[in-house]
Amino acid sequence: MKKSLRRWGWLFTGPVLAAFMIGFIVPFVLGVYLSFTEFRTVTKAEWVGFDNYIKMWGDDVFLHSLWYTAAFAIVTTILINVLAFIVAYLLVKTFRGKNIFRSVFFMPNLIGGIVLGYIWLLLLNGILGFWARSITYDESYGFWGMVILMCWQQIGYMMVIYIAGLQSVPTELLEAAEVDGANKRRTLFSVTIPLVMPAITVCTFLTITNGFKMFDQNLALTNGAPSRLSELLALNIFNTFYGRPGFEGVGQAKAVVFLIIVAGIALFQNWYARSKETAA
Amino acid sequence: MIKRRMATVVAAGIAVTALTAGLAGCSSGGSDDGGDGAEGKVYFLNFKPEVAEQWVELAAEYTAETGVQVDVQTAASGTYETTLKSEMAKSDAPTLFQVNGPVGLANWEAYAADISDSSIYSHLKDQSVALTGDDGAVLAVPYVQETYGIIYNKALLEDYFALPDAEITSIDELNNFDALKSVAEGIQANKDELGVDGAFSSAGFDASSDWRFKTHLANIPLYWQFKADGVTGQPATVTNEYLDGYQDIFDLYINNSTTERTLLSGKTMEDSTSEFALGQAVFYQNGTWAYGDVSGNAVADEDLGMMPIYIGAEGEEDSGLATGSENYWVINGDASEADQQATDDFLDWVITSDTGRDTLANTMGFVTPFDTMDDYLPDNPFVLADAEYTAAGKTAVTWNFTVMPSEEWKNNLGQALLQYAQETGSWDDVETAFVDGWATEYELANG
Repeated sequence: MKKSLRRWGWLFTGPVLAAFMIGFIVPFVLGVYLSFTEFRTVTKAEWVGFDNYIKMWGDDVFLHSLWYTAAFAIVTTILINVLAFIVAYLLVKTFRGKNIFRSVFFMPNLIGGIVLGYIWLLLLNGILGFWARSITYDESYGFWGMVILMCWQQIGYMMVIYIAGLQSVPTELLEAAEVDGANKRRTLFSVTIPLVMPAITVCTFLTITNGFKMFDQNLALTNGAPSRLSELLALNIFNTFYGRPGFEGVGQAKAVVFLIIVAGIALFQNWYARSKETAA
Repeated sequence: MIKRRMATVVAAGIAVTALTAGLAGCSSGGSDDGGDGAEGKVYFLNFKPEVAEQWVELAAEYTAETGVQVDVQTAASGTYETTLKSEMAKSDAPTLFQVNGPVGLANWEAYAADISDSSIYSHLKDQSVALTGDDGAVLAVPYVQETYGIIYNKALLEDYFALPDAEITSIDELNNFDALKSVAEGIQANKDELGVDGAFSSAGFDASSDWRFKTHLANIPLYWQFKADGVTGQPATVTNEYLDGYQDIFDLYINNSTTERTLLSGKTMEDSTSEFALGQAVFYQNGTWAYGDVSGNAVADEDLGMMPIYIGAEGEEDSGLATGSENYWVINGDASEADQQATDDFLDWVITSDTGRDTLANTMGFVTPFDTMDDYLPDNPFVLADAEYTAAGKTAVTWNFTVMPSEEWKNNLGQALLQYAQETGSWDDVETAFVDGWATEYELANG
């Protein structure tokens, strides 16, 4: 078995490796290289050193979108995880129609971001219309609009992970807690939550990175308006790359910085959350 | 033993198929042109979505006639630069693409072929309208002349003139800003009587609509300043001398509108167009290209008129509509010789053959700058309005927005206008975006 794996393994990993190289490694290396060059199309580039990185910090819109995105990621991470946990906690109990509720909560995930963005644009503008406003009137409208959209889309998904986590909590531990006289609240915080910590690790990781990476919902809902104040990082990079001739390299440099930030935060979060995990 | 070998062979077969399929997918772009590569082929990346289908049909007719392959792609509204950028990086790049003027050409100069020997250049009535590079090479040729101004509904305007308290009673008197203001405010005050929602259709600031104000409307103060100061070409700085007029006309648009000013940020081009086309508004700022969108609705063709945009500048009574071109053809100099030649031949056919000329003039409704097109003039009422102003001896307002320093400048101006309109910003911010923004963006592009 081992011998034939060694002999024929490349046949099976080969295609995947090739796809990974073409789809990920090559664009990644090329992307980092392009961030040090000036170019119009990615095939004709001229080396300029760190110019793009220096230019980037003079861009007020970029600095604004940096903290705007950070705020967005924090707010959505907290809201989505708390709400998804509550929904999951309610839906692990046995009652009629439990599965229907689970499906309904999960469903928003099946719709693509652009479509969701346009649907919510109609809904939110319809409501704001009563006060003669629209979602792009002010950056805070856009912010909370995107938070609502994001929560609506992701709570169901995270709920599924939390349900799996909650179902894996051994019933004897819960019974033992009950015998020991712990009330529901105490059981939740001292027994259940520590035991579903692996699910929390996964869910917070997903929501933090999703918050930072959000692009299509942002594009469809506000497109950065007004004054590019509701522009999240991904959209800002896209607009720099495609919207400003001569700034393609700067857009690329922003993308590299973006990658470092998101990777850094995700690694830290993962390490921190894992350190809190306990075994049953 | 045999069984095991069979399994190995099958597995190897699957893996090889998967690999080759993957590789073939990557390279199919390059290997296609083997067959018809000898005579060259044409790939046109078109900028104008409103005539996308017509171009495809025209290309098909050319292919049927000559056997030369012509592909036409049209970028969705507002995504032309994005599409061009990714298409140009491909191995089968467009052989023919468009730029919007000198500033647009500056971005793509490295890809522009010298077309001074081309048919389209030789047929230009006025060869000075072509764009040239630093060494005098002809790089871009405009193919459509367009005109914009304030489109109005003649029937509704006549209804207003008939009102007892109308100060202006004929379209001939409506030839300066004060007259326009009086009429617009009069219509707004009597909107219920006239059966409209407002004098002007919404000055929307959604991305599909705001170009009318950050580009076309901003051209008017630029035109007057350039005229007064004798500016030609792209200046490094601009003044705020005519910006009061810009504010006046913009105030007129948003104060006498179908739409509350706080809702402007979400209003689209469709909203504005339909308000005019359905007779809910009397005035609508747009150009000759809007004819297809507004005709065939509540407003009859003979009721469609267009007048210049007035901002209270001295001598504006004698000015005509804003006429120019933002559509230049550029042949990709990186394309193979055969493809460049094929592209040149295709364009020659477009402007000299009966099919091509008929499509350009009557189906697409274009006024073109070529000497081959004199018998082909469109019956678009807005084009006729422009001809009338020219015949009456009015001076056409030139398109100076092609020298605006960058898209960024336009976007910043547009957003400052919106903030001013919805009262979250001040007019000072608009002036800053206009004047200081110009200097900054010019410096960035040319510094």
